[in-house]
Amino acid sequence: MDNLFQRSLEDLIKGFRLQLLGESSFISRALEEIRREVKATDLSTKSTALHKLSYLAAIHGVDMSWAAFHALEVVSSSRFHHKRIGYQAITQSFHDQTSVLLLITNQLRKDLNSVNEYEVSLALECLSRIGTRDLARDLSPEVFTLLGSSKSFVRKKATGVVLRVFDKYPDAVKVCFKRLVENLETSDPQILSAVVGVFCELASKDPTSCLPLAPEFFKILVDSRNNWVLIKLLKIFSKLASVEPRLGRKVAEPICEHMKRTVAKSLVFECVRTVVSSLSDHEAAVELAVAKIREFLVEDDPNLKYLGLHALSIAAPKHLWAVLENKEAVVKALSDEDPNVKLEALHLLMAMVTEDNVSEISRILMNYALKSDPLFCNEIIISVLSVCSRNAYEIIVDFDWYVSLLGEMARIPHCQRGEEIEHQLIDIGMRVRDARPQLVRVSWALLIDPALLGNMFLHPILSAASWVSGEYVEFSKNPYELVEALVQPRTDLLPPYIRAIYIHSVFKVLVFCLGSYFSAQESSSGSSSTVYESILNLVNVIEIGVWPLSGAYDVEVQERAKNVLGFIGMAKQDIAKNVNLQDNDAEACRVTAFMEDMFSEELGPISANAQEKVCVPDGLELEENLGDLEEICGKFLKPVESDSVSCTDKISFSVSKLRIRDQQEASSSSTSLPAKASSSLLAEHRKRHGMYYLTSEKNDPDSNGTPKDYPPANDLASEILLDPLDPKRKAKHRKSRPVVVKLDEGGESRITTSQAKTKQESVTDDESLSRAIQSALLVNKKGKEREKCEGNSNLVVQEEETSRIEKPQNSEKKKKKKKKKNGERTSGKHRSRRRSEVASSSEQVEIPDLLL
Amino acid sequence: MDRLMSLCVPSLNLRMHRSLIDSLEIQSCYLLSEHSCLASGFGSIHFVLLVSRQGKVRLTKWYSPYTQKERSKVIRELSGVILNRGPKLCNFVEWRGYKVVYKRYASLYFCMCIDAEDNELEVLEIIHHYVEILDRYFGSVCELDLIFNFHKAYYILDELLIAGEIQESSKKTVARIISAQDEMVEAAKEEAGSISYIIAQAS
Repeated sequence: MDNLFQRSLEDLIKGFRLQLLGESSFISRALEEIRREVKATDLSTKSTALHKLSYLAAIHGVDMSWAAFHALEVVSSSRFHHKRIGYQAITQSFHDQTSVLLLITNQLRKDLNSVNEYEVSLALECLSRIGTRDLARDLSPEVFTLLGSSKSFVRKKATGVVLRVFDKYPDAVKVCFKRLVENLETSDPQILSAVVGVFCELASKDPTSCLPLAPEFFKILVDSRNNWVLIKLLKIFSKLASVEPRLGRKVAEPICEHMKRTVAKSLVFECVRTVVSSLSDHEAAVELAVAKIREFLVEDDPNLKYLGLHALSIAAPKHLWAVLENKEAVVKALSDEDPNVKLEALHLLMAMVTEDNVSEISRILMNYALKSDPLFCNEIIISVLSVCSRNAYEIIVDFDWYVSLLGEMARIPHCQRGEEIEHQLIDIGMRVRDARPQLVRVSWALLIDPALLGNMFLHPILSAASWVSGEYVEFSKNPYELVEALVQPRTDLLPPYIRAIYIHSVFKVLVFCLGSYFSAQESSSGSSSTVYESILNLVNVIEIGVWPLSGAYDVEVQERAKNVLGFIGMAKQDIAKNVNLQDNDAEACRVTAFMEDMFSEELGPISANAQEKVCVPDGLELEENLGDLEEICGKFLKPVESDSVSCTDKISFSVSKLRIRDQQEASSSSTSLPAKASSSLLAEHRKRHGMYYLTSEKNDPDSNGTPKDYPPANDLASEILLDPLDPKRKAKHRKSRPVVVKLDEGGESRITTSQAKTKQESVTDDESLSRAIQSALLVNKKGKEREKCEGNSNLVVQEEETSRIEKPQNSEKKKKKKKKKNGERTSGKHRSRRRSEVASSSEQVEIPDLLL
Repeated sequence: MDRLMSLCVPSLNLRMHRSLIDSLEIQSCYLLSEHSCLASGFGSIHFVLLVSRQGKVRLTKWYSPYTQKERSKVIRELSGVILNRGPKLCNFVEWRGYKVVYKRYASLYFCMCIDAEDNELEVLEIIHHYVEILDRYFGSVCELDLIFNFHKAYYILDELLIAGEIQESSKKTVARIISAQDEMVEAAKEEAGSISYIIAQAS
């Protein structure tokens, strides 16, 4: 009788709106109540409780997995009302790992066979949501029966469920596929669209397997006037045309007709998308599509404008003219209030960029960047940067212009892309010698700009500017001003690591000035006091500016400051001496000359794959599999076990030992006991630190190509025509670089291989489905063929045999291999016969001539 | 006691009482189907979300597997993005590689998440279709209807979509199916409410 006092869902909802307890405590009280009620023996009490729970779960995100069993109990009720609540709870909360999932099979079967069509529909809906492999396998006969149901209400729902069943249990295709294909010819529009929907999904997973059905699809494409069906069909054909180009010729015409005929924008858009993405070789169709796009672009409706731009960007790679024709509309869209539209327009504009118009487009974009919101402004900046730097600045001819553009970008108030600009400033400095004078000019302007110092996003730019002006100081017009800019008191605002770069640049400038001073002394032998004055002035400015930093907290800053001060201390005496004695052998003179020498060595860019070109030193055997390490060197690993050496050390240690042992040609049969201990240790280590292990295929000599000399690290530079450098590098780069690169690449290759693996897995999954479809189609076709041949009415099908298309060999092989595996498992005679049919069908896909 | 209290529900936000369908703009239908039926197909809708202007969730339906935690995160993220969009912007949001198509009716945002290559205009049409069916069922539907008849909105959605695809396009058919089911439920309730049944239960 407790259900008389039970709160219904409505009560709960109303209570919720009036509660004063606060949401969370109200929910927890309601939950308490539900927990109690759901245990009741009375099914209506139980179902009401469950109903309330599913409300809380849907709206307030309450966990309801604990009630899984109760949901099952409710579903087993004979009342429709209860069943509906139960199924709703199940679809909402069940997932593949739900433990009571096993118990639902019989209930579902019972409901699928029910005479009440609404109960059937509940069960179908449930299956469509929670279907697992087991459920799909056990219930596929029922679904098959329902596919032929006389009630269209049931039949269309069964069709909707089929996809899930196929996906989970590909063998079901054999049973159900024929009925599915038959439904393509139905007159009921609901069922037809459901079936077309299923094929749309199947085709998007594996177009080749649906290719034989092309004539049927084509017929519907021509005949149907139902826009919803047509949209799905267009999707199917755009997938099919990508694997069978000859289809394009055939379908282009009806698609154009639909495009001209219909007023429905969604259908027009689907036609446009199909044409620009899959039928891009058919001029007439593309022209019509572009005309339609233009109509979209001038609409006031933001949706159509957005979609028009989107369609253009699909067309851009193959039909740039379409974009260029609509350039005005695209530029106009840049000032649209909708960020999506703006972004789409920006991408299009970037697609248009060529050598000739890069400066014009950049000018337009910079103007937009100045007046747009921070988000879009940075989007513009990053697109310009990435397009211009593509392929080592392929499209840039005038580097002076580009460097100035970079400087301008830094001054855009919202700019936050400091790091990218920093990278390009330095990169251009190293790669393009001719750009250096302009680079130094721009850098100096950046250094003295007070606005930049205050913006922490732009600090990286300053660091690049200071480095550039130090490194290429010889192009500077006025080193004195440069130094003043570098030691200005406001540099306090910079983080220490950038200040360190500033000080280093000061050092370079100082060395350059002193060097030229000394050499001038040498040659002219007469010293003018003005030169002396100015050099002394310079030294003083530096000393005053750097002095406070010698007590800086950051060690890097402190050390560099002390270096500079020490150098100044030494040089100062000699400068003074030099004026009087003109002594070339002065210590400062020699040191300066030495330093200048060092700094004059040019830095060049480093190829991204420089590390790959490092040849393996003699005696290091990278190919050897570390897996058998434990057999050989268990003895050596054992002592390491106990001490505190870090894990990576352990391994390198053991490897080196291993090599020594190899050289000594010790027998590999070492003591087995410690070997075991260490093997488990190693295995565990491998498990935990797998990413640090080298993958075996990476060191394959074939993949590296022929062995090479020690890095011609600047190979990249010689590949670039723009780049007149004959690059040399400093020793420190050579040393520090390899470690980093090696680690990264190791990680990357691991990732890619694992990705490849998962990809392969998914491929095989899809494959099993597509194989099943193909086999089903074959059976289907044969039956049909027989029928039609008897009627002697259709020549088309007879011709089928002659037009066979060979699939690419490798996939064939893969399939054969799979087939073998499957063949071993099957035992019955009948089944193995079918397998052989499958094998033959997978090798050849039939395309009826009708379409070709 | 709760029942009593429920009689004095305070007058709620006025906007909530406004019919959703008021804001229907007929010219914004992108698909003027010649047949009154809006045929089905795999819309491949990943989930359906109804959020009020205040950010309150009114209905959720998930067609792809999401854990409870992910669900709340998705709701939080999306309502943040969508509620902040101005009225004159386009109805699509790119989100985690998917597209979310949304449309505002009075105080409610109807959102559906689809794959990037699906047809956005078609989904807008599905949303519109759903609202029209709701309107027909409740008789000029407003947000309050959906709040108190949460489950009915659910059942209607279930008739409209299956496995993330639209399956029934005729408004009439949906209305017929739903009312048939309602009748079944009513009949059962009557039976359960009858004195003989209660006596049978008690004895």
